[in-house]
Formats: sequence, C-alpha cells, structure tokens
Amino acid sequence: MQLDPLLIARWQFGITTVYHFWMVPLTIGLGPVVAGMQMRWHRTGDVRWYRMVKFWGKLYLINVIVAIATGLVQEFQFGMAWSEYAKFVGDVFGAPLALESLLAFFIESTFLGLWIFGWNKLPKAIHVACLWIAVAGSIVSAYFIIVANSWMQHPVGVVLVKGHPVMNDVWAVLTNNTAVTAFTHTMFGSFGVGGAFLLGISWYQLWQRRRDGIDTVDVTGRVVPGVAPGIPGRDGSDHSIWITSLRIGAVVAIVAFAGVAISGDAQGKLMFQQQPLKMAAAEAACHTGTSFSVLSIGALGSTTCSDVVPVIEIPGVLSFLAKGNFTTPVEGVDQLLPQYEAKYGTNLPDNPIYGSRAGEKINYLPMMEVTYWGFRMMIGFGGIAAFAAAVALWLTRKGTVPRSKGIMLLAVGGILAPFAANSAGWIFTEMGRQPFVVAPNPTGVDGLYMFTAAAVSPGVSAGEMLFSVIALTLVYAVLMVFEIRLLVRYVRGGIASAVPELAEPDQPDDDGHPKSDVLAFAY
Amino acid sequence: MEFLPSVWFIIIAVLWTGYLFLEGFDLGVGMHLLFSARTETQRRVMLNAIGPVWDGNEVWLITAVGAMFAAFPFWYASLFSALYLPMIFVLFGLIFRAVGIEFRGKGKSARWTRGWDIAIGLGSLVSAFGVGAALALTTTGLPLNANGDRVGGAFAWFNGYAVIGGLAVVGFSLVHAAAFLALKTDGDVRDAGRAFARRAAPIALVPLLVWILALQVEKGTGVTWIIAAVAVAAAVVGMLANAHRREGWAFVGFGAFLAAGMASIFVASFPVVLPSTINHAFDLTVANASSSAYTLGVMSVVACFGIPLVLAYQGWTYWVFRKRVSGDLIPAAHAVEPAVRQQAVQPALRQQ
Repeated sequence: MQLDPLLIARWQFGITTVYHFWMVPLTIGLGPVVAGMQMRWHRTGDVRWYRMVKFWGKLYLINVIVAIATGLVQEFQFGMAWSEYAKFVGDVFGAPLALESLLAFFIESTFLGLWIFGWNKLPKAIHVACLWIAVAGSIVSAYFIIVANSWMQHPVGVVLVKGHPVMNDVWAVLTNNTAVTAFTHTMFGSFGVGGAFLLGISWYQLWQRRRDGIDTVDVTGRVVPGVAPGIPGRDGSDHSIWITSLRIGAVVAIVAFAGVAISGDAQGKLMFQQQPLKMAAAEAACHTGTSFSVLSIGALGSTTCSDVVPVIEIPGVLSFLAKGNFTTPVEGVDQLLPQYEAKYGTNLPDNPIYGSRAGEKINYLPMMEVTYWGFRMMIGFGGIAAFAAAVALWLTRKGTVPRSKGIMLLAVGGILAPFAANSAGWIFTEMGRQPFVVAPNPTGVDGLYMFTAAAVSPGVSAGEMLFSVIALTLVYAVLMVFEIRLLVRYVRGGIASAVPELAEPDQPDDDGHPKSDVLAFAY
Repeated sequence: MEFLPSVWFIIIAVLWTGYLFLEGFDLGVGMHLLFSARTETQRRVMLNAIGPVWDGNEVWLITAVGAMFAAFPFWYASLFSALYLPMIFVLFGLIFRAVGIEFRGKGKSARWTRGWDIAIGLGSLVSAFGVGAALALTTTGLPLNANGDRVGGAFAWFNGYAVIGGLAVVGFSLVHAAAFLALKTDGDVRDAGRAFARRAAPIALVPLLVWILALQVEKGTGVTWIIAAVAVAAAVVGMLANAHRREGWAFVGFGAFLAAGMASIFVASFPVVLPSTINHAFDLTVANASSSAYTLGVMSVVACFGIPLVLAYQGWTYWVFRKRVSGDLIPAAHAVEPAVRQQAVQPALRQQ
C-alpha cells in the first residue's frame, strides 16, 4: 500500500488539534470562574470562597499545563508538516500567531506563575489581578488564533502579489466578521465546558456527602447539612461550597448555551454566504429548497447526492437558519457543485506541488457524513448540556442532590457533553472547508484560495509522518491517562486535597521563619 | 540592504538568545534534577527555584518561532520541515518536561515522583539538544533544494554541526543552571551548584565555543571576531567569579558568554538565515525569505510596545521571587486522600 503523506498529515493535524481543544475550553471556561471566586473571597472574607478558589484553581492548573504543552505542537506543525501552506499564507497567517505569543502567551504564562507562587507573597489585590490578567491572556490568545483560522475560512485584508496573498489591511484581518462570530461562539462554548465541569464535580461531592450520611433531608425534602469530623474538609462549610459551585456551574452552562445558540446562528448565516457548500453539506441539502433535515439517510458520501433520502424535514427552517425568513430558497449541493467547478476548475492543475494528485478531479463536496453528523452532534450535545443544567438546578432546589447513583453518574458523565459539542463543531467547520485549506472568499480577491492537496510539506516522507502521528497519539493518550488520574484523585479528595491545612492541622510552625517566607505553594 | 527584514532578523536573533539565556538555566535545572540532586528535598528546592518563572521563559521559544513564521515564512517552513524528526523530539521533550514539573508533586507514590523526575530530566536534555542542533544547522546549512525542501531522506540534516550545536546548548544549560542554583538557592544545593560550575564549566562550555569559532572561521569579520572575543572574556569572568563565590557575577558572566556568542554567530551569518549545502543559490536570506514590508511594519509597531512590556513584567516577576529558596522554606509534601468514610465505618453509619 502506498502511504499518502497528505492523508497522514491531515489525521495528525486533526488528532492534535481536537486533543488540544479539550484542554483549551476548560482553561478558558474555568479561569474566569476561579478569578471571580477569588474576588468574592477578598470582598466578603468568607473562607468558603477561599476554599473554592483553592479547589477549582488546583483542577484548573492541572488542566492548563496540558493545554500549554500541547499548544506547542500546534505552532510547530504548520512548518513541519505544512511547509507549502506556511509559505503561501505566511505573510498574513504568521502575524496573528506572532502577536498571540507576544501579546497573550507571555502574559498568560508569566502572570499564572505569579498567581501560583504569589499566595501570601503578593498583596491580595495584586494577587487576584495576576489571575485576571492571566485569564485575559488566555482569552486574547484564543482571539488571535481564531483570527488566523477565520482567515482560512474567509480570507480578507490581502492582495495577490505573484500568486501569493500579501496583507494590506491588518485591521480587516483582525475584525474579519468570521473571526468575530467564531470567537464569540467559541468563548460561549468554552464557558459551557467550564459550567458543566463545575456542575458534574459538585454533584459528585454532594452525592458523596449524602451517601456517607453527612447530609440528610427533612420531611419536606430540604437538606439538613451535617459535618463529619473524621473526614478532612467535610466541616460546616463544605456543603455550602458544593451547592454554590453547582449552581454557579449550572447558571454558567445555561447562559453559555444561550450565547452559543445566538452566536452560532449568526455564524451559520455568515457561512451560508461565505462557504455555501459547507452548509449545504451540513444539511445534506441536495436540492435547492427551504427545508431543514432532521434526519436524512443514505449514501451521504456519494458525490451526486442522488442517494440521499430525507426522512424527516421541516419546511422553512433551513431558510430561516440561512437567511432569516421562511421562504427564500437555499441553494443545494446539486446547484452549487457546477458553480464551484466553473469557478475553481474541475481538475487539480498539472503542477508538481500536487504530487501524484496533479490533474486529479476535484471533489468539492466535503465528506457529508462528517459535516451532517458533526453539525447535529454539535447542536445536540450542546442542547443536552444546557437542558441537563436546567434540570440540575431544579433537582437541587432544596439544597442537595438525590441519593441516586445513576443520576450522579449522569451528572458526572454530562461533563463530557460540551466537550463533545466543541469537538464536533470544530471537526465540522474544518472538514466542511475541504477540499480547500484556504477557502475562496466569494466577495474577496479573485483567485485567492489554496487546495489542501497543495499545502503539505513536499520534503517530508510518509514514513516520518506516520512515525510522528503514531508517536504523538501515544504520547497524548498517556498524558490523558495521567491528567484524568490526577483530576480524579483531587476531586475524590474534596476540599482537603487543595487546602492541606485541613488534613494536617497541627503542623509545627516553629522553624524560626516568618510565615510569609515559607512557600504557600511548592512543586 | 532591506531595512525591515534586517530589523526582524535582529529581533528573532534576540528572541532566540533570550530563550537560550532564560530557558537555558531552567532546562539545565531539569537535567540537574536527574544527574546532580541527591535527595528529594534538593530536587524540590531546584524545581521551586525555577517554579514561578520557567513557563514564562518557555514563551520566548514560542515567540521566536511565531516571529520566524510571521517575518520569514520561508525560513520557518524550510527549517521546520527539514528538521521534521528532531522537532518532534523537541516537542516530546518540552511536553513531558512541562507536564512533569506540574504533575510531579501531585502524586503520592515514589514511583510517580521518580517517573516524572526522569520525564523532566530527559525532556530537558532532549529539547535542549534539539533546539541547539536546529540553531546550529540554521547557521551552517541544510541540504535544501530550490524550493527550500530537504533533499536526501529523513536524516539528511544530520552532521557534526548538529551534534556540536546540541552539545553546546546542553553544556551551557548545565553550567548556567548551576550558577543559577548557586544564586537562587541556599544550603547544599547552592554549594553543589557552585562546585558543579567550577568543575564542569571548562569542559561543558567548549562545544558552544567550537560553534562560535567555526562560524567565525567560515564567515567572520573583524566585528564578529571582537564580539566572539568578548564572549570568551565573559566566560572567563564567569568562571573566576564563581571561584570567588561571587554568584551574581558568575551567572551574569556565563549569560554574557551566551549572549555575545550568539550575537557573534548571528551577525556572522547575516544576511543568510538558512544556507543550502547543495547550492548557495538556494540560500534563504533576509531578503528572499521575508514577509512583505506592510506585515513587517505592523509587527514592528506591536513589537515596539510588546517587547519592552514583556521585559518589564518578567523582570518584575524575578523581583517578586528574588528570595533564595532553601529546603526549610518548602512545605511538607501533601498526600491527597479520598474524602469518604472508611469502608469499615460505613455499614455502622447506614444502620443509624
């Protein structure tokens, strides 16, 4: 079998990016919550907020480091595996990456270091400001990387010079409407991840307290919080910590989903203009019409679309999603394909840059199984998470969770739903852009686009890529095992896992050093 | 000569030098964790000496690479694709090291701690070697064709310069880390750092010197020879200061050796950013590898504000954590236990 470097490089990019984007939304979603909790603590002086900061901050840090470490791979692999892409787009795509490092990563890493080691060392206001600055850094970095990605979806702010895009308007690149909506959508998606994470873990803790007989309910079903002197951390403030965290998580998740839905709608309308074929493929909309497919079956991968059988359709909804009314027809795959072929050619040019693919027929239709189901999984998992969060708020209205282990497992498993929605959304948007790596902008510069087949590094062998994709996947799998093991250990430990003085209250403190000298946190 | 591309060549040279200077000592600390530390307390003192700053230091690498991509896409694309396998190992090294530093203290078994020690130590070693090899090769050349693609298979990049460059960064990092530990810690780690720098510097700094001199012999001018001489003088100052227990000056001396050494290398290389060993007509230069004047102009404006700002807040971080770290300032390791009732107690409770 002939190994195909392009295919391997795409798998590698997909695997590493989807993986990286598990840690990133949790970082972005959890950071502001932890910083907000610390502000509450400073304002109220209530020790419960302090403990929440410590506990959620610990989980935040365990996750952040994996996000940072896997982010390195992202920056390196454009040059390593996609050198033709890097050379083609470097003039405009490199700048947001460089700005991301200079204006966001430096801030994030430096101020996170200050926050981690700054307990008892920095004045309180400056200490919490450091966390806010680090959180802002992570959000700014997300903005820059989405600017870069959005330029691939919708190239703006450039002119073509000798066939290469050259930036002539950085402001247009930074305010690309695709970037603004995608950033908003991604931020809310990330907050959803953070919210579900808080909710699921707090639910587990409250369930644990009920199972251990610490919390009971009275005849009206209202909680009677107790204490368990034998268990570190399970003291008088413990119950309130978890129910507060749970409610914060549920509210964050619900608000996030509302934001995701609104921004997603705006993004969808843009995509119908910017990449109509991506959206037609997402809907398995073969013919021009107004109906939204709830379920379509058949050979979605076929390029003629003739085998797709719509099973359930709702008339008008597709038009509403795309154009904001119920009657304007939306162009289907069968109408769009000839337009693409007329505009961008039926066959790849006979250029050595395409390797063995030169002259091959171009399939403009993205893999419909992926776009159709990716789109539905994104919306489905997002909706499930929001619905579950609302149900959770109602179930816990009397101050604790039901004793049912099954519901607890659902709440904990529900942590995964927004992750799945985020991954599905990105897989949809990236796979839906194929066969382009830089999609043509219908209202932009003529002739500015790049086929993915032309983007891969010509000098790198399939063997090297096969080695790296296998090795990276294995390393990432190992990292996942370790991250989850640690997260589980700290979650099971409850508050005492992050506030050691609860577990060892009688530590001698007589070594002659002022208390501020002893590191409040140490590796 | 083109002005903006030259400015960005200087900025990228400064970013790489800054990276080697700053992460040099924390990569070196990672290696010392494995090779020099004797007790758990010593290892924790070492790690906490770099604790608040190592992550920020690593961003110098990310920024150097990002700046290469933005300012010289052809340099970035050719170098990283030609060095595909070594870069993969650099990434693995950096990943395991970063995760190790964060995860190491959060487990309870000795196996967990020891395992992450090895990950941090080897990760630091491999990434230091790989970065050194890549930088040496970008100054001495790779087998590139007219399109900037590697010719001759997955290992065609390998030559003596790769080894010298790798050893140069590993050797320098070990010495600079020893000087850093002598400066930033107290007690036995401080003494061990000073002793290591005294014994190892005359040998461990040699590969970096070889790289500097090789470039001077091949491409040096009067100016670069003078800078190289300054580098050597700085190394001597570092060693003398270390011998006289002037820890601050020793750290500065070794750091200046690196800074001047890298300056002599980059200035001698200019205006070539990546020579082709196949044909010098294929050399990538600041002129033919760079982005447009508009892009470089935009980035210059941002860099004008951004770089001083970074230096200011990173400098402040070093000021905040200026106190020496010693074993008695480090809190006891904390074991995380599940917050549940013991199995034996549970049945009794349920009957109540």
